[in-house]
Formats: sequence, structure tokens, C-alpha cells
Amino acid sequence: MRRAQWAAPALHAEWTKVRTAGGTLWLLLGVIAATVAVGAAVTAATRCPAAGCGHDPARVSLAGVDLGQAVVAVLAVLMISGEYGTGMILLTLTATPRRSTVLVAKAIVLTGLVLVAGTVAVLGSVLAGRLILPGHGFTPAHGYPLLSLADGAYLRAAAGSVLYLALVGLLGLGIATAIRDSAAAIGVVLGVMYLFPVVTATVSNPRWQRHLEQIAPMSAGLAIQATTGLRALPISPWAGIGVLAAWSTGAMLAGGLLLQFRDT
Amino acid sequence: MIVTPYQSPLREGPYGFADLLRAEWTKFRTVRGWVIAVLAAALLIAVFALLPTQQGSCNVSACTGPVGPGGEQVSDSFYFVHQPLGGNGSITVRVTSLTGQIQRITNSGGMRAGLVPWAKAGIIITASTRQGSAYAAVMVTGSHGVRMQDDFTQDVAGLPGAVTAAAPRWLRLTRSGDTVTGYDSADGTHWTRVGTATLTGLPATAQVGLFATSPPYLQTSASEASISGGPSAATGVFDHVGLTWHGGAWVGLNVGGGNDGLPAGTLGFSTGAGTFTVTGSGDIAPAVAGGAGIGVTITQTLVGTFAGLIVLAVVGAMFITAEYRRHLFGVTLMASPHRGRVLAAKAVVVGAVTFTAGLAGAAIAVVLGQRVLRGNGAYVYPVSALTQVRVIVGTAAVLAVAAVIALAIGAILRRGVAAVAVVVVVIVLPYLFAVAAPVLPAGPTDWLLRLTPAAALAVQQTLVQYPQVTNTYIPYYGYYPLPPWAGLAVLCAWAALALGLAVFLLRRRDA
Repeated sequence: MRRAQWAAPALHAEWTKVRTAGGTLWLLLGVIAATVAVGAAVTAATRCPAAGCGHDPARVSLAGVDLGQAVVAVLAVLMISGEYGTGMILLTLTATPRRSTVLVAKAIVLTGLVLVAGTVAVLGSVLAGRLILPGHGFTPAHGYPLLSLADGAYLRAAAGSVLYLALVGLLGLGIATAIRDSAAAIGVVLGVMYLFPVVTATVSNPRWQRHLEQIAPMSAGLAIQATTGLRALPISPWAGIGVLAAWSTGAMLAGGLLLQFRDT
Repeated sequence: MIVTPYQSPLREGPYGFADLLRAEWTKFRTVRGWVIAVLAAALLIAVFALLPTQQGSCNVSACTGPVGPGGEQVSDSFYFVHQPLGGNGSITVRVTSLTGQIQRITNSGGMRAGLVPWAKAGIIITASTRQGSAYAAVMVTGSHGVRMQDDFTQDVAGLPGAVTAAAPRWLRLTRSGDTVTGYDSADGTHWTRVGTATLTGLPATAQVGLFATSPPYLQTSASEASISGGPSAATGVFDHVGLTWHGGAWVGLNVGGGNDGLPAGTLGFSTGAGTFTVTGSGDIAPAVAGGAGIGVTITQTLVGTFAGLIVLAVVGAMFITAEYRRHLFGVTLMASPHRGRVLAAKAVVVGAVTFTAGLAGAAIAVVLGQRVLRGNGAYVYPVSALTQVRVIVGTAAVLAVAAVIALAIGAILRRGVAAVAVVVVVIVLPYLFAVAAPVLPAGPTDWLLRLTPAAALAVQQTLVQYPQVTNTYIPYYGYYPLPPWAGLAVLCAWAALALGLAVFLLRRRDA
């Protein structure tokens, strides 16, 4: 009870800060625009000329998450680095001396915002896929029923993508809390996300390639988008998003510990 | 008491661009984090090259194939019905048929009728029957008409259309010293010169004769992610063989010696009543990497470029956004009110520093990385020293220009985080979508690598696309749509645009 009393004003404070900061609304709109635009572009470029063309319609229509996550990362980094940049963090910690409460409040506000923007972004991508894919050969005759959220696998891909974005946000917040400088923090976050797949592509040994895909936050996390060929996946969808959750938890713990025991 | 007023030892203004450069360089080198970051970027590029990403068995058994007269790796396998030619002379034949067989891809194996586009049958003059010898040949092909080819890389088109009994093709090769000229004709009376080849050092006695060969059949899946294929064989039927010298006995030889897993007895030749039937498999062409090839290129050693790029983009962005945050920019502009020149000085300093770091990192990566790859048994395509220098210098240039773009976007947005995110996303994401883990079909992929800043990575490519070799020439296998320097030029155009916008905004708005 006592903890809740502490947390409520901290939450309110974080909400006020993020609400009144100049870039927040634009970044949230950016998450939606980037995700839907790239998803629609990839969908529009993809054709399935015959049955067994090997495309996963969920992955194709939700490909915009690959870019949307970068905007989420920027938002997450600014949640805390912005305060270090302006010195606002001192004021924040004076008002809420329990530092873990500050970080948890930030995490809750960030997750709420990303879940809302992510849901809109994913629904937009699904809608674009539903409109475009049937005209590009993704027809029942080629083994692809019309995309629908009533389909269990597709619902998992869509809801999982929203969850994926939220977890990327927490990963970014944790790393930014640990590193403090915004430019360096975003470099580390984007490096962790994008470098694994680039390196994986150069590995010839299939066993090592599989291991890399199992531990990389982006490759493993995006397994949640798979609706076809689940047996061939290096990691199952839920285990994959679990790997990303482990990265996010690790980053938040590291950030939290450093915030706790370090001078601001 | 006389008080001497304080006189600054610094000379009076106005300060030139050189002073501005010195000021910016001082700012850069005195921030320890930036210097460490630049060194770390060079180290990262080098370290990634040392990872054991590729394994092979070339350290157990040799993987090297034949090398052509130009020093490049070649395929040189064909069935050759030959005899020696001492001095100058000319050979003429008529080809009445070119047919082929392709091994079925199914488990049952077996052959089916089918002719691959670059199946070849014709006449050839070669320095020797050793693989990789200098040669000139004129031939009919599966679906590219008559061609004259020499020394593996040269290819000239002759008469179009397929060869049939109703539309035979007459071919002629004439040797005069080091020069070999090829002719073709539809009727044996009206001849057209196709091309002339100069074969430096062609010995006095060359080998001349009929040949047939057929490169492997390739089939790409709809998503282009997987490629399947199998060996093929081609059979050419020749008659009206005419020699300008007293011909000797014809000898059959399977150059290269392999049979590509074809059924025994497929390859060979038969003769009777002035007609020769020659069946061969393989190719006389440059060896290519990718779907139809083996081995890796030196580009493989430079995967650390992306890690270095992210670090250097952070440095480039911070070089200006830190001034905004610490309110140093006002002082900078007071010292040098010409805002465009301030940005230019910053760009020169950050460009030069990141170029140097990239050069060191890439040079170590390419030199040591190749040794690591070979040590692990991977087959590395040999490239000339000049190409290696281009790859190293090009990589350094990509990193430097990317850092300058980060600087410019930092000036435009005044937020380091946004500048870094933009630079990483516009270079790494298109690369990811088009090259590393392609999600797009070939057409859009090529446009991504023509228009986005990721086009610059073409400067790291070492492979050459040969129209006369069937292969999947896609970025995934290291074939970019733009030539190396054109790709870098695309990135430079983006940098110029960003710098222009930054100068415009710097002049217009309050610091």
C-alpha cells in the first residue's frame, strides 16, 4: 500500500513530463507511420505467383516493425537521456528519492505509450496486408486464406508484434539508463538490434547460424511473427519473444542497478 | 608605476579556414570519449574479421580451380576433339544440331532432354589442352545465338537464333600469328567476321578442334532464397569439317577430366561419314561466386563495417550536438561568425578522423581476415591488389561520409539521438532488407541499393557479373546493382544534400 502511494505521484510526474515534452507525440506518430508505411511497401512489392512460394503473409505485412522499433528505441532513450541532458534528473530524483520507483514509473508510462502506438501501427499494417495481399497471389488457391485476427497464428503474430515493440522500448530504456548519453545509448540499442542479423548472414556454419538466431533479440523476438513453417524456425514464437524479454529484463536490471548505486 | 596592459599572445583576426580547422581539431582530440570511440570503431572493424564465421575443407584438400590468362579463377571443362596446328591455318565447320540433357533434380535422378541457355558447341584454338590455357573459340549456344569468346572473359555476339538442321550455322577460325579471327555464316558462302582475339604468347603449335560443353542447370525458387540445380550435357553435331592444312588424326579428350556425376558414357564423341557428334559438360568461362559458385569473397572480412559505422555515427552526431547541449556553439559562432564555414570545418575534421580510423580497421580486417578464412579452410576468391585497395579505401570512405551525414543531421535536428537513429536506419536497414536477410524480391531490392545510402556498400563488392555465365546475380550473393564508385557517389549525394540543408538551417535560425 505504502509503495503504491509512492508510485502514484511518480507515475503522474512521468506522465506529465512525457506528455508535455515536444517530441513525444511526433515520435508516437512516427512509430505508426514507419511501421505501416514500410509494412505496406514490403507487402506491395511481394508476389506469390504459385502455391508453395514460401512467403509468410504475417511476416510480410508486419515487416514495418523492423523500422518502427527504431523509433520506439528513440522514444525510450529520450525518456531518460533527455533528463540527463538537461539536468532535470536531479529534480526528478529530489522529488522521488527512491530511484527504482522513478525507473519503474518511466517503464510503465513508456510501455503504455508504446502499447497504444504499437497497436495502432500493427492494426494499420494488418489492414494494409488484408487489402493488398489477396491481389498479389496470396489467395486460398495458393494456400493463403484472407488475413484475419480471428486466426490464432495470425493473432499471435499481430499481438506479439505489439508486445515486441513494448519490449524493445524497455530494452532501450534500460540501456539508456545505464549509458545516460542519448547518442551513445541509441547507438548501443540499434547495434544490439540490427548487428546480430547482419553478422548472422555471414556465418556459413548452419549450427552457429541457428544459435545466433536463437540469442539475437531481433531475430528471436520476431519469431513471434511467424505463421508458416514453424517447424523450421530456429526458435519457437513464444520462446523467441521470451529471449527478447530476457534481454529487456537484463537491460532494465543493469540500468536500475547503475541508477541505484551511481552518482547522477 | 607603469602598468603594461595585458597583451594576448594570439594574433589578431580575422581567422582563416586553417585556424577554424585547428580549433575544431582541438575540440575533437580533447574529448577523451570521442577519441576512445574512434579507436574502438577501428578495433571493432578488425575484430569482426577475426571471428571464425566461415569453415571449409580447403585446408585439407585443395580447392583451387584453374586460373585463366588474366589471373582470374575460371571454369575450363569441355569435351575436345582436337589435333595440332603448326603455324597459321584455318578451320571451318558446319553445325547442324545442338541438343542437351539435364539431370532431374528429384531423388530418382536420371536425365531429361533440355538445353541450358549457355550450352556451347563450336570450334576452338587453344594454346594447350591444359585447363586455363589461352584460347579463342566461335560457337553456337543454347539460346544466345553464335558467339565468339576468348580468354574466358571476352564475349562477342554473332548470328542470332537457334541452330537446327533447317538453319545450320557455319563457323570459321583463322589463326595468323597471335591473332585469331572468328567468322560465321548461314550458308557457307557469305561470311561475316564476328571478332578478333589477340592471344599473347600463343605457341607455334596450337591445339585446334571441335568442342561441346554445358554449364550446370540452375533453378531459383520464387522467394530467391534457395537455388537448386544439377549438371547438364550438350551434344553438337558437326559436318563439312574443312582444314587448310594436312589434317592428322582426331583425338578425343575430356578437358578437366570430370563427368559432373552424369551417367557413365554420356561424354565423348563419335564420327562417321564426315559427321562428328561431340557431347560435353562443364563450361569455358570465368568462375563465379554465389548460387552457382563456391567460396567467399574478401567482402566477408568486412562485416564489422556496420559496428564501426554505428560508433562513428555516434561520434559524428555528438561532435555538433554536444556543442548545442553545452552551449558551446554560441562561443564557436562568436569566434567564427561564418556559420557555413564552421560546419565545413567540423565536417573536414570528423571526416578525416573517421576516414583514418576506417582505413586502419579495414586494412587490418582485409589482410588478417583473409588469413583467418583460409586458415579455417574457406575458399577465398582471389582478387587483385588494386581491388583490395579499392575495397579498403572505399570502406573507409563510406564510414567517413556516414559520419559527416550524422554531423549534418545533428546540425539539422540538434538532437544526437535522432541523428544517430536516422543514419543507422537509412544505411543498415536497407542493407538488412536487401542483402543480409532479403525480404524483398529482386526488383525492389535493386532499387533500394540504387537510391538509399546503403548503395555505398557496393564499394565493398569484388565480384563481376558476366552476362555469358548463368548465375543468380543478386545482392545476397555479393552482386550489387551499381558499380563500386557509383554506389559511393549515391552516399556522397545524400551527404551533400544533408550538409546543404544543415548550412541553410544554421544560417536561418538562431544558434
